Amino acid sequence: MSMEEKQNSQTSLDFNQNIFKPTSREEIVEIVKTCYRKNIPLEINGLKSKSKIGRNFQSEKTLDLSDFKGIIDYKPEELYIKVKAGTPLKEIIEELDKNNQQLAFEPNDFGYLFSGESNSGSIGGVVSCNFAGSRRFKVGSVRDHILGFQGINGKGETIKSGGTVVKNVTGYDLSKLISGSFGTLTILTELSIKVLPKPETSKTLIIKNPHLKKALDFLGKALSSSTDPSGGVFYPDYFGKDFVLNDLTHDGGLTAVRIEGPTNSVDQRVNRLSKELGLLDQELSILDNEQSNIFWSRTKNLEVFKKLESNLLRIVLPISETLQVIQKLKSYDIKYFVDWGGSLIWAVFETLNAKILSDIKDIVKKHQGYITLIKIEDDLKASADIFTIDPIKYKISEKIKRSFDPKRIFNPGKMYTGI
Amino acid sequence: MSTLQMPKVDNAIMSKKDKIALDLRGIINSKNVLSNPDELRPFETDGLTAYRQMPLLVVMPETVEEVSQILKYCNENKVKVVPRGAGTGLSGGSMPLEDCVLMAMGKFNKIIEIDYENRCVVTQPCVTNLAITHAVQDKGFYYAPDPSSQIACSIGGNVAENSGGVHSLKYGATTNNLLGIEVVLMDGTITKFGGKAMDAEGYDFLGLMTGSEGLLGVITEVTVKILKSPEVVKAALVGFPSIEDAGNCVAEIIAEGCIPAGMEIMDKALTKATNDYSKAGYPTDAEAMMIVEFDGTEHEVEAYIQKTKKIAEKNNSSSLKISKSNEERLKFWAGRKAAFPACGVLAPDYMCMDGSIPRGKLAEVLNEISRLSKKYNLPVANAFHAGDGNLHPLIMFDANDKESLRKCEEFGADILKYCVKVGGALTGEHGVGIEKRELMCEAFNDKDIQQQLTIKVALDPNSLLNPGKVYPILRKCAEEGRVHVHGGKTKFPDIPRF
Ligand SMILES: Cc1cc2nc3c(=O)[nH]c(=O)nc-3n(C[C@H](O)[C@H](O)[C@@H](O)COP(=O)(O)OP(=O)(O)OC[C@H]3O[C@@H](n4cnc5c(N)ncnc54)[C@H](O)[C@@H]3O)c2cc1C
Ligand SMILES: Cc1cc2nc3c(=O)[nH]c(=O)nc-3n(C[C@H](O)[C@H](O)[C@H](O)COP(=O)(O)OP(=O)(O)OC[C@H]3O[C@@H](n4cnc5c(N)ncnc54)[C@H](O)[C@@H]3O)c2cc1C
Repeated sequence: MSMEEKQNSQTSLDFNQNIFKPTSREEIVEIVKTCYRKNIPLEINGLKSKSKIGRNFQSEKTLDLSDFKGIIDYKPEELYIKVKAGTPLKEIIEELDKNNQQLAFEPNDFGYLFSGESNSGSIGGVVSCNFAGSRRFKVGSVRDHILGFQGINGKGETIKSGGTVVKNVTGYDLSKLISGSFGTLTILTELSIKVLPKPETSKTLIIKNPHLKKALDFLGKALSSSTDPSGGVFYPDYFGKDFVLNDLTHDGGLTAVRIEGPTNSVDQRVNRLSKELGLLDQELSILDNEQSNIFWSRTKNLEVFKKLESNLLRIVLPISETLQVIQKLKSYDIKYFVDWGGSLIWAVFETLNAKILSDIKDIVKKHQGYITLIKIEDDLKASADIFTIDPIKYKISEKIKRSFDPKRIFNPGKMYTGI
Repeated sequence: MSTLQMPKVDNAIMSKKDKIALDLRGIINSKNVLSNPDELRPFETDGLTAYRQMPLLVVMPETVEEVSQILKYCNENKVKVVPRGAGTGLSGGSMPLEDCVLMAMGKFNKIIEIDYENRCVVTQPCVTNLAITHAVQDKGFYYAPDPSSQIACSIGGNVAENSGGVHSLKYGATTNNLLGIEVVLMDGTITKFGGKAMDAEGYDFLGLMTGSEGLLGVITEVTVKILKSPEVVKAALVGFPSIEDAGNCVAEIIAEGCIPAGMEIMDKALTKATNDYSKAGYPTDAEAMMIVEFDGTEHEVEAYIQKTKKIAEKNNSSSLKISKSNEERLKFWAGRKAAFPACGVLAPDYMCMDGSIPRGKLAEVLNEISRLSKKYNLPVANAFHAGDGNLHPLIMFDANDKESLRKCEEFGADILKYCVKVGGALTGEHGVGIEKRELMCEAFNDKDIQQQLTIKVALDPNSLLNPGKVYPILRKCAEEGRVHVHGGKTKFPDIPRF
């Protein structure tokens, strides 16, 4: 037996356990190969900060990737970081902070929502969900920042796509495909992610305004202006109190627009924007760098929904449809706020049942948007379709799923029945 | 054709040419089916003109239903189909096969909707890249990705190649500016991926299709996002006494947190050639020349220009000019944009390579290229999207001289292998096509390629859509490097072709 073979046989796994906590890629490969041979489904978990998102499904074995972590290679001057997929986002952000860099896509931290405190999860989970924060309309989604990955497919084969350079069109862009696939295509082992310098200054223009229609109007104008905003939200009256900051004493509804960049240009653009929007001094406040960062961090963390008891839906629409959709949704008992400059609605429904859910889905679909059920009651979850899909795309999805995971052992049924 | 092997010609199909033409004339307007050699000739090559092949037939559908019916027919009758946009591709992606129906998308040439409220344009795929900007510029908007071929290349081709341009550094390539597409699969299925709402749920098929080089589906409609034109744009023209200094300057500008709209480097050979060609006022004595452009509001641009000036001086810049007017800025670019025709003056033919490398490896890779240039005894001039590490060496050769073409191919392959070796990629924006097909094994192992082929087969089980492109024809090439074919015989005739 060669040295290598000896080492491999030592990692031989005890398949009687129900939760595997691998620390090496070789172990993951062995687990998957065994599951493939024995037709055993696997639930794939990072740090479980978003495990409640998606459909419930039965699986005998769980793959816990929380020990599969670490930064492999960080090259600040080349603007990328390469990490193991189980690495907590927190660790990555701390490392980037040292070089004044950031993940520009500002991933949501769902920890506040579910448990009242921060749990931003693992990078594998962030990529698998592809939920981007407030800069979405300017910098793209999580998937736009994935330069390459290594993963294990459903046969236990190690595959890769992309690399560490930004410009790369060699072969199919599988980094896109695995983003937002909720762990149903591959087990991600390594991710190379684009990082960017933090802006020198961030300032936020807060407009005191409780009206949705006016807010959408402000946001539309701001996003179409040459002042190049990097965030735009609207919080109705009932959330105003959540944002009492030194420079923001107003506690009613508010529209906020973020401007980032070199300090003197930020000041110039903030002034310009307030003029372009025709705002009077008493209608607005301006948050300085520190307060601006707090404001957007609370937004990204969904802190207005801290320890939420009721149901939370994430609704994405073309901006032109947002007003009409919210007006229609107001006939239900909802609380909401609008992000992404008007195209993302986070909506809490006090009561939700299968009938209401199906009606809401119809409304949103009619307006060319879609819904993701982030948090709903367990009974409803058992019966509801978490993701919607038409029959043609279902067929294509099924084929793609098979091409990665022919025996459907990864998170089977997490996204769709049969996939 | 040089040393490249294409998929085996299906003689049964060849012999049924008339019948197929007749059937296709039953599906679409008969004058949109071309079959005689004079009509087919214009389609025999794309921008990679060293390789030519006449197709069996050309079809020019006018509606998505026609595309669907043609594909369905071809799928049922096992006829190969090659989609074609404007034919400016530089990797042979739309080069026909002898037994294929070439699907020319030229009649899909209308913009369907301009939607300022959602800041997007819905268009047919054969509208040119620049036409989109032209359609929205009077309202102060533009479409950001700007391949040098933008007056000619089609937006559908851009999607198929995931094309980039000078401004991709700040604004991303096609994939980052795309909201949705309508696609027809090989079996005739019509579907839409994405739309005006961002990040459609479910698998990211939009991302998968983008850059798939016409192998997975025919794109029949495209929705792109448009941006507000920046208020101020300024460029600096900087000369350096060495490539190392230029490379270090680029790395430092990026590391300092300035993201220019574009940052280009040309070596001495190209600086001279383009300056002669377009009288751009370049510092022709410099070993390397950089054009760096910033856009935004006045203060923002000024702040970045000042920072750049400092960094350039620190890195021994030998000359530095900042554009004082828009005309002067465009003059700076005139030379760079004429890189191709300028090389056309220097040699009968040139081949444009397209490797991608880590920014820090610029000097190392350029030194290797000049070593190879001596080895192969072929001149080379280098343009470089320096900000994002995308290198465009232009190898000059004579396509009528077989030996010269062979040397050029080998030279190009050596450059790309070196790019991969230093941690880069085979192609940054031009695609793999036929040109870099056999080099895929430098970047990927058999399992990686097999995974990609499994996706291809899932959507096109008979491998009829644009076969012979992107993936090595002989899959076991991992140990082989580039595949050579002698006397038309391949080494492993029994290995399945994709
Ligand atoms: C005891 C306990 C109680 C909890 N209670 C609740 C609760 O009541 N409500 C609630 O919602 N949350 C609760 N949570 C937290 C919740 O489970 C987490 O929110 C978690 O889901 C997010 O972790 P993550 O971000 O690392 O990604 P995960 O949530 O682990 O994963 C998100 C998605 O990404 C996939 N994924 C992750 N890593 C990879 C990878 N490397 N490769 C491929 N796919 C991957 C997963 O399969 C999943 O589809 C609880 C957690 C614990 C431990
Ligand atoms: C002078 C010159 C400069 C260039 N500069 C750049 C540059 O700066 N950046 C850059 O990225 N590229 C550049 N290119 C390359 C080329 O212009 C791009 O690749 C462009 O996107 C090709 O578009 P096209 O319409 O000409 O496509 P074609 O050449 O016709 O086809 C390219 C590929 O796309 C497929 N395809 C085309 N249309 C469709 C469709 N509707 N559906 C499905 N598949 C389709 C074809 O099958 C083929 O594989 C340059 C080319 C030239 C000649």
